[in-house]
Amino acid sequence: MTPSPHRSLPNRLLIGTGLGIALIIAVLLSPFASQHPDGLDRVAQDLEFEHRASEEPAAHKLPFYRLFDEYALRGVPEAVATPLAGLLGTLAAFGLAWGIGKLVMRPASGTGEGSGETAPPEDLEQD
Amino acid sequence: MQLFPLSPSPLGLMAPPYFALHIPDGFLNPPVMLVTWVAAIALITVCLRQVKADYQDRIVPLMGVCAAFIFAAQMINFPIPGGTSGHLLGGTLAGVLLGPWAGSLVMTAVFIVQAVIFQDGGILVMGANIFNMGLIGTFFGYYVFQTIRRAIGQNKLSGMVIGSAIAAWASVVVAAVVCALQLGLSGTVPFSVALIAMVGWHIVIGIGEAIITAIAVTFIWRTRPDLFYRPPRKAAVLAHSGVVE
Repeated sequence: MTPSPHRSLPNRLLIGTGLGIALIIAVLLSPFASQHPDGLDRVAQDLEFEHRASEEPAAHKLPFYRLFDEYALRGVPEAVATPLAGLLGTLAAFGLAWGIGKLVMRPASGTGEGSGETAPPEDLEQD
Repeated sequence: MQLFPLSPSPLGLMAPPYFALHIPDGFLNPPVMLVTWVAAIALITVCLRQVKADYQDRIVPLMGVCAAFIFAAQMINFPIPGGTSGHLLGGTLAGVLLGPWAGSLVMTAVFIVQAVIFQDGGILVMGANIFNMGLIGTFFGYYVFQTIRRAIGQNKLSGMVIGSAIAAWASVVVAAVVCALQLGLSGTVPFSVALIAMVGWHIVIGIGEAIITAIAVTFIWRTRPDLFYRPPRKAAVLAHSGVVE
């Protein structure tokens, strides 16, 4: 079950610290993010091409749209909607990048145990 | 300041859509979308091959952590003078930490999560977004970083910090130029007008990118310098102390 025996402890510490910092940022700082339009948004307003953004973009046809209105989880109090979206999104990014890395870097030397699929990204997106 | 009530938000929230440098669907025309998709996929394919060939699988957890941090940091818009905001893109940071190959895969993962789950950046224009905000940082930013770092001293903290800060700033400005070019080629807005507006804001937003990147690089240098794609010499031996002449 443990494909890489070396450095497993430092790695666990690294993951804990790194992911912990990311989650703290996503959960605790996200409510304080500036509400001003950002670069491209501002330019789109000033140059009056903002209306070109699709009214019904493809992303609205995905099931996630029923869960999230941009960075806000639906159906929860407004105060926690963005922190929860941040929490779930950070975990999804973590899981997807990990999954991509794991799939790409399948152990080259055919160690039989490592053949099983490890955390396909789809699973994590359902959080 | 006029505020066009054009937010597609179905809940009728008053907030306008926040796309950052994230291009929404509708801003780019099909040929530009196609070309940017081809460019992004071509580079990602090369990255997949390089990562498979060159990297050790102990980097996998670090890819996850890097993606988590960049996703989280991208949520935090910082205000800049003039009623606008910006946020980290993170491509240069990912490139400095993981190298351009694995760094690009991490950035791709972040943009997929943003577009697919959070409707941040269009799905049809995701190729352009991955290219602009990810690959420009992980490739162009990385090579600017390495050039400056080598000039100052490969094993010096100052080389890493100055190199990554300048590269981060430059990658944001280049991303803004390329985005303006895409908007111009799409006939959305005249290129010259878009260029001045985009670069004007992103020259300032890039300073935020530079500061956050420099802080993150310094933090990694002080804690685990051995994690860098091109670690400073002696980092493996002296993993605890970053101050190496």
